[in-house]
Amino acid sequence: MRIRSKPFGEIDIDERQRIFFPFGILGFEHLKEYALMDASQPPFFWLQSLDVPDIAFILIDPHVFRPDYEVKVVPSDLSDIAVQSNDELIVFSIVTVPDDHRLMTANLQGPVLINRDKRLGRQSISLDPRWQVRHFIVEELASIKG
Amino acid sequence: MLVLARRINERIIIGDNIYVSVVDIKGDQVKLGIDAPAQIKVYRQEVYDAIQEENRKAARSQGTLPAFDSLFEKGGKDRADSPETEKHNT
Repeated sequence: MRIRSKPFGEIDIDERQRIFFPFGILGFEHLKEYALMDASQPPFFWLQSLDVPDIAFILIDPHVFRPDYEVKVVPSDLSDIAVQSNDELIVFSIVTVPDDHRLMTANLQGPVLINRDKRLGRQSISLDPRWQVRHFIVEELASIKG
Repeated sequence: MLVLARRINERIIIGDNIYVSVVDIKGDQVKLGIDAPAQIKVYRQEVYDAIQEENRKAARSQGTLPAFDSLFEKGGKDRADSPETEKHNT
């Protein structure tokens, strides 16, 4: 299917890239249909709204810079997207990119959970106080690399 | 909005199985104890607000992304000036 996207303009996506967020994303509760796309620059991804082309979120696998990241959320957040085993669960963090890209942050407190088989998604709220709304990706990655 | 006055150690019940008790009061701070089934989500409002606000900021990020490796080059300008549609060769 052909969609309009923020990063790529008009682009064809596969049906399998479509993810339904029954509750939307916090602050964007009215937008429920998204496409998950690889960014040109790995390890980033785009979560593109199919309703509003100008709304797209940059995602990253939090383990890229926090290998110790664990998802601790209320069980109903997982059952909302029909997750029965960890194999079907993919976890992303939403990235905020300011003008100085090196100060980009990832939101580990509000992980985006996706059931890859059923293509359902949900933003959850971490119950683990270690994870905050703004983690500096470059700084934290530098610290694990030593 | 329903407003109830409670003293320390007094509780209110919401529905059949959610209990809220006043554990302590110090100055302008009230400590509440909440006893609810696991599927009931309880968060501080600020957490919700902070995530919403951060999402709005994230959605305003440009449609361009830096080459990940370039972010770690000390003093180097990152190579993010061209649109996403132009692939970088780094």
